[in-house]
Amino acid sequence: MTEPGGASAAMPTRTSIEPQLPTDRWRAIEFAFWLVPVAVFFLFPNHRVLGSQVLITGLFAVTLDLILGYAGIVSLGHAAFFGVGAYAAGLLAVHGWGEPLSGLAVAGAAGALVGFVTSFLVVRGSDLARLMVTMGIGLMLFEAANQVPSITGGADGLSGVTMGKVLGRFAFDLTGTTAYVYSLGVLFVLFVVARRIVSSPFGLSLRGVRENVRRMPAIGAPVTRRLIAIYTVSAAMAGVAGGLLAQTTQFVGLDVFGFPRSADLMIMLVLGGTGRLYGGLVGATVFMVAHHYLSDVNPLYWQFWLGLLLVVVVMFARGGILGALDGFAKRFGRTRP
Amino acid sequence: MIGNLAGVLFDGIAYGSLLFIISIGLSVTMGLMNFVNLAHGAFAMVGGYACVLLMTRAGLPFLATLPVAFLVAAAAGIVLERTLYQRLYKATHLDQVMFSIGLVFMAVAATTFFFGPSQQPVRLPDFLRGQVRVLGLDVGAYRLFLIGTVIVATIALHMMLVRTRFGAQVRASVDNAVASAGLGINVNRVFGVTFALGSGLAGLGGGLGIDVLGLDPTFPLKYMVYFLLVVAIGGAGTIKGGLLAAMILGICDVAGKYYVPQIGSFIIYFLMVVLMIAFPAGLYGRRV
Repeated sequence: MTEPGGASAAMPTRTSIEPQLPTDRWRAIEFAFWLVPVAVFFLFPNHRVLGSQVLITGLFAVTLDLILGYAGIVSLGHAAFFGVGAYAAGLLAVHGWGEPLSGLAVAGAAGALVGFVTSFLVVRGSDLARLMVTMGIGLMLFEAANQVPSITGGADGLSGVTMGKVLGRFAFDLTGTTAYVYSLGVLFVLFVVARRIVSSPFGLSLRGVRENVRRMPAIGAPVTRRLIAIYTVSAAMAGVAGGLLAQTTQFVGLDVFGFPRSADLMIMLVLGGTGRLYGGLVGATVFMVAHHYLSDVNPLYWQFWLGLLLVVVVMFARGGILGALDGFAKRFGRTRP
Repeated sequence: MIGNLAGVLFDGIAYGSLLFIISIGLSVTMGLMNFVNLAHGAFAMVGGYACVLLMTRAGLPFLATLPVAFLVAAAAGIVLERTLYQRLYKATHLDQVMFSIGLVFMAVAATTFFFGPSQQPVRLPDFLRGQVRVLGLDVGAYRLFLIGTVIVATIALHMMLVRTRFGAQVRASVDNAVASAGLGINVNRVFGVTFALGSGLAGLGGGLGIDVLGLDPTFPLKYMVYFLLVVAIGGAGTIKGGLLAAMILGICDVAGKYYVPQIGSFIIYFLMVVLMIAFPAGLYGRRV
């Protein structure tokens, strides 16, 4: 039902914004951006637990951006890989392997495996079919985890996750200091990897697929293989994010697979701005902080204002927060930050 | 066992009929405007609440509230279509998904605010309660009524699409909106009226479904997957496909919950993934 070329017709301006090949050079504003989480660590020592959650969700949003913002795969079930990673890391720790970094590697491998297997189902089909298939896979995993309480703990969640020390030296503590630094480190490393991927020729070919899926085969690009590759990479990173959450909170709840997690993730990404990696981080930060403070007041109001915000963003601020900032920057005669 | 099977089939068909009447508007608007509208269930909810309010506050009988449910939901549909939806027909699917999720959130929060989070009661008239014996099988009177209503509505809808001038305009616009506009059809108006009609049918379904599906503020979220499934499996823009998909879903869901309750909703999600892979454009989908 979907005209694959339709997306490109709807965004004719994008190519005119980015005529040049992507460069891998770090800009000054990016260094400044990464100083923010470091500053937050020292300025708000009482909010490190929330901070680590924001960092993990930010990483998760970046993984969705890889497939949504760059390859154009609309997914409403990305929590599937987050959940698989979380349970992989959690189960490993429960059964006596508490070393965090290798646990993360296992979580990533588990995410990659599930991502690779399901990618064959996802890359074919229209936007609507992808939406349904990703959502279906997520919901199936949720049901599956719910049905085997002997392994996953079922609705009560998986408790008894005891973690070893990070690098053999830093134990997880109640103030979240280790969790924060650990999450920030993992986020930064994976972000650099993601950034490198999207600015490589491979990343460029993904944009080509997003812009016009019919022309890419004509210039010799194997579209299906590219999409499977990025989907697997994204799933692996989402698995790591899930593992990170399991390790830092030392608990895995069934909600890691939940549909709200996938939907919220997409909202964060759209809020921050798709197709620019940093959009996921900005969106996750704004969303999580707003949620933390506003849902204390009244969860109902939060949902209403979130809905209104989405409608407004779609109507008036396409490209999200960073897209709007870009617009301001251009208006005042500066080059794109 | 055989009696059970027939009963399960019957309940499944009743459930499927309900899904069909609610989703058919979504199918037509999706085929017509290629708009991924996750908020369709919200219109069904509007119809359902209109029914409940008219019954509890104004004391109207159940059957009298159904036309009003249709009208209220249709009115809500046309207002939103003219003010908001219309501006997003050309937007990307991602934008449409985000926009309609936003609408769902607002609808859920607003409904909770005004009417509270609890399930809404429905008082069926006496002749629709209890069991009726048909062809040697005891069936729920209300479910029989449900199937009858949906058959009537479907035939009316079909006649409208096949026999009337407006129906011809809708079909032409679904096939090729640009060429239809070139032939002098006011496609914009066709979009608006069709959207209102689809929302109205959803509202009618919402009212009819209170007894079967229940009605609380999370209704649009809870059944979003089902409505989308009918469209995705049936293929957007076809009545036949939607009907078939709704029956498959209804029967499989009821049968799954009756025979293997321990695996819960797993069956329906599994079916969904399998069918979407086998028929990416839907059972009766047109190739683009």
